[in-house]
Amino acid sequence: MAVARDPDAPSGCVRAEWPPVSGANDPYDPKQVAALSAEALDAAVQAAIDAFAAAGDLEALAAVRPAHLGDRAPVLLARRELGALPPHARSDAGKRVNAARVAVTEAHAARLAVLEAERDERVLRQERVDVTLPWDRALPGARHPLTTLTDRISDVFVGMGYEIAEGPELEAEWLNFDALNTGPDHPARSLADTFFVAPEDSGLVLRTHTSPVQARTMLERRPPIYVVAPGRVYRTDELDATHTPVFHQVEGLAVDRGLTMAHLRGTLDHLARQLFGADALTRWRPHFFPFTEPSAEFDVWFPEHRDGPRWVEWGGCGMVNPRVLVACGIDPEEYTGFAFGMGIERALQFRSGVGDMRDIVEGDVRFTSAFGVEQ
Amino acid sequence: MKVPVSWLSEHVDIPAGTTVEELDEAFVRLGFEVEEVLRPPVTTGPLVVGRVLEIEELTGFKKPIRYCQVDVGEEDPRGIVCGARNFAVGDLVVAALPGAVLPGDFAIAARTTYDHVSDGMICSVRELGIGEDHAGILVLGQEGFTPGTPAAGVLGLDEVVFDLEVTPDRGYAMSLRGIARDLAGALAVDWRDPAALTPPAWSGEPGWAVEVADPGRCDRFSMVAMEGLDATAPSPWELRRRLAQCGIRSISLAVDVTNFVMLELGQPMHAFDRDTVTGPITVRRAADGERLTTLDGVDRALTGDDLLIADESGPIGLAGVMGGASTEIGSTTTAVLLEAAHWEPAGIGRGVRRHKLPSEAAKRFERGTDPDVTVVALARAAALLAQHGGAHVVGAPVDLDVRGPRPVIALDAGRPGRIAGVEYPPSQVVEVLQAIGATVDGDGQQLQVTPPSWRGDLTDPADLVEEVVRYLGFDEIPSVLPTAPPGRGLTERQRRRRSIGRALADAGYVEAPSYPFVGEAQLDALGLPADDARRSLITLRNPLSEEAPAMRTTLLPGLLATLARNLARGQRDVAVFEHGAVFPGGPRTQAPVPGVDRRPDDDVLAALLGAVPEQPWHVGVVLAGNLEPRGWWGPGRPGTWADAVQAARTVAAAAGVELTVRAGELAPWHPGRCAELLVGDGAEATVVGHAGELHPRVCAALDLPARTCAMELDVDALPAAPVAVGPHVSTFPPVLVDLALVVADAVPAADVEAALRDGAGELLEVLRLFDVYTGAPVPAGSRSLAYALTLRAPDRTLTGEEANAARDAAIALAVERTGAVLRA
Repeated sequence: MAVARDPDAPSGCVRAEWPPVSGANDPYDPKQVAALSAEALDAAVQAAIDAFAAAGDLEALAAVRPAHLGDRAPVLLARRELGALPPHARSDAGKRVNAARVAVTEAHAARLAVLEAERDERVLRQERVDVTLPWDRALPGARHPLTTLTDRISDVFVGMGYEIAEGPELEAEWLNFDALNTGPDHPARSLADTFFVAPEDSGLVLRTHTSPVQARTMLERRPPIYVVAPGRVYRTDELDATHTPVFHQVEGLAVDRGLTMAHLRGTLDHLARQLFGADALTRWRPHFFPFTEPSAEFDVWFPEHRDGPRWVEWGGCGMVNPRVLVACGIDPEEYTGFAFGMGIERALQFRSGVGDMRDIVEGDVRFTSAFGVEQ
Repeated sequence: MKVPVSWLSEHVDIPAGTTVEELDEAFVRLGFEVEEVLRPPVTTGPLVVGRVLEIEELTGFKKPIRYCQVDVGEEDPRGIVCGARNFAVGDLVVAALPGAVLPGDFAIAARTTYDHVSDGMICSVRELGIGEDHAGILVLGQEGFTPGTPAAGVLGLDEVVFDLEVTPDRGYAMSLRGIARDLAGALAVDWRDPAALTPPAWSGEPGWAVEVADPGRCDRFSMVAMEGLDATAPSPWELRRRLAQCGIRSISLAVDVTNFVMLELGQPMHAFDRDTVTGPITVRRAADGERLTTLDGVDRALTGDDLLIADESGPIGLAGVMGGASTEIGSTTTAVLLEAAHWEPAGIGRGVRRHKLPSEAAKRFERGTDPDVTVVALARAAALLAQHGGAHVVGAPVDLDVRGPRPVIALDAGRPGRIAGVEYPPSQVVEVLQAIGATVDGDGQQLQVTPPSWRGDLTDPADLVEEVVRYLGFDEIPSVLPTAPPGRGLTERQRRRRSIGRALADAGYVEAPSYPFVGEAQLDALGLPADDARRSLITLRNPLSEEAPAMRTTLLPGLLATLARNLARGQRDVAVFEHGAVFPGGPRTQAPVPGVDRRPDDDVLAALLGAVPEQPWHVGVVLAGNLEPRGWWGPGRPGTWADAVQAARTVAAAAGVELTVRAGELAPWHPGRCAELLVGDGAEATVVGHAGELHPRVCAALDLPARTCAMELDVDALPAAPVAVGPHVSTFPPVLVDLALVVADAVPAADVEAALRDGAGELLEVLRLFDVYTGAPVPAGSRSLAYALTLRAPDRTLTGEEANAARDAAIALAVERTGAVLRA
């Protein structure tokens, strides 16, 4: 079934009805057919070319098209006559007719292309929009930079084969202190630093560092152990520009045969380069932590610091105190371990040039939005 | 610990030309953090030692004034007016002459005052910028300096003082002696131990009767008696200068001497007025109900853990922490008992914290002092009191010494190198250990190390390893990356948390972690009923604020406070989220406290871990104002209850879990605009959270905009996400069908949708509610729900009959289940 289509459609124009055509068996006088003469065909072609060229727009072109390419156009009428020719004459005339038809069709297509291009340019120019208009119809969300920085640090370690260990923020006092060689009389256990859970004998504290995750991990797994534990920790400081009672640390722990302080340094240097650029490295200062021996505080060389390249205090580290290994059931003669921890707020402060701790903790959307989603 | 370089130089041969920066680095390498490098403020111009030759008392002014003739090393004395009265003819003082500029841009010029020309100024310690003392002028004594000597050197104005942070394990470094030893090692130079003095051969009966009843907490107690003290004799300037440089106030000769010896040798001492001590002294624990008024005038109740110095009258001192008021040295004191003891450190620490008395003495005892030097310290102090206060020792010293043998630590000489990752030859290890004062025996590989008496902190091989590595320098340790075994990456739970955070941020929410502290008032503001589970709190013994003494059981108080803060700062459209732990209260078990000499038994460990309450991970959002801002496209779109519910769906989708929603009723939500969020089907369904609009009363109580919305959901209650199954994607043409059903208002759209889905069966590909309409011609109390259905078969082109049958079945089930009527 033929389907009617819009004659103005740019391609595939088909007419629904056809005029009758002379059949091959029609009685027909095989004399010279005028319509098939070279002169007549040339004239028809030229007339068509002239008419198309004279059409100034697509409408005019459409209007003249039937006269030259329609069913009753000279070249098509001529073609109908071919069937009536004797076979020997048909080939020659057919070629002529076909050439003429092709010439007319091409002339039309060429003119059509020119006129369509003109029309397109005109219409599309009218449809022009202001592409600088804003389209911020959705509120821009953001993840907190502490979260994204924690993820980034975690990913560095996952890339090295570490796993992410977790533990509760409300923690058993034994895991937060005793297991970490911080006995009952250690000054760090005093009310001055630690939030204690009521009642007095609850045996629970808000963890003061992520180190109890170390203890949990060692109690749970057998070496080799390579974990990092990011998380929220608590100390009884008042909030000011440089302190917050609730903050975040990342703790790292590796326990294996033959681990040395050189491995610890290599690990920290690697992390420093991932976070602070290829030129970053670490420097150690001897220090004291009950759960590591030897212990050090470490600084990181941060070339991109907003106040110029410099060493920045970052965290603490050391070799796991054999007493801690013993309390967690690991033989210190067979295994050694290293541990390190650093403040994420602190890293955020110098990495992103955040001057005031309160901006990090107050949840002002203007602060956090500046960091975006950071996948 | 403040350390004047000039004092150190008396004991250490610091190479000439060593800069302050080099010393700074040396201290840091040793593990002494340099907190500050202190330099006295700058004084310029003539500042000289002067001798007071004459004093003329001027009267007739508001206060007594002196006009003094002062020899400043010139031909003629200078006349100087002075308002202080603490000096006499013959005293050496510091005179700033015209042209001098004292700290604070205080320019000295000859000027007329009190009817006399004052040709300079006699200075106080404070005016010179070397201390706080301004009660009178600085008197240097009567001998030792020639008038006219430039005073800068005498005063130490050109001296540098290092303020060092000493870590709690290094008690020995709370003294010049300890710092000098370490610095000499670091600089590889000679030094002289100030404790290397031989006490005089005192003889006779012991100067006092003493008994130590608790040798476990006092293994050495030494005491010497002195008589003939002039308690009013001034402390020599040299002593006062050192105390001032070290940040200790000058009080009286006896006290200054004990403080000076403490700074020098690290041995805190106490001086009793002997005439106020009644009978023999006993070192013992306090009995219940005993009290002591300490030197600071505070009357203190004592506990059985307090160690006392007592006499027949009762307590006269809190051992190692603070002396008692009743035996304090006064201006009329002539006889003293000097005490120097070695206390068990942990007990001192407990006392300090119990009585909140962090004294200089206790700071040292708590870290551990050198029990070898008690008598040396007494001898040093006695000599100074004799020299400057005219006192003399009577009788023999008391020295109750019950110390056991010092511990011997077995150390494999290769261990420090194996820990550090550096090759240390055994001979080098031995050298270092000897340099820190240890005695080393053994065959060169298996070492028997006896730490020195001042290093009570060295008990384990690891401690010795640290000393070796520290001494040879942490900088020597190379950087080597270890190879960890293959890891398993993030856990599902960790991935889920990240994914939820990202999804909410992508949906326009800003992450805002808040402090997890709450108080009753905040829960009241949320309108939680008395029996609400979220009112069962875990409370802190020492909260930062009495208003928020407990741990949160819901994220909403923190989120709403963050919202309010943002609104108060001028934001109008705020959507924030938080995810983190909450801390439900409820019955708890007692956490056991196992020993640390081995791994706890499995059942003890289980009890320990079981005593830690569950801390589920929640996620919450709050929103106020527009969720889509107004713009050239038109007005803004306010965030509504539906956005809060959608936030929950966003969370669930990010977690890979399907959430169902039904009407709920829970504070702090609006009872008609609260969605209950569930996972699981039918009887298995569990409520995991709520979302919707806040109750108007809650908005009013918290001063939040009307129609503020919120969602909170327990992430840990979401089931694990199943592995997604890829659907068959049919390429046959769909049949699109629209239909509208009129249902009673009370019928949830979710029920209608469920009925349509069940009714349409497997041919249903997509079902979408595209319109909700109320008003004529829909009868009041009902609404019209318009749905677009996409029907498609996996394996063929649907016929019109099939499509109609599916549509009719869907409608029929909706009619049956919900009483819906097909809208014509």
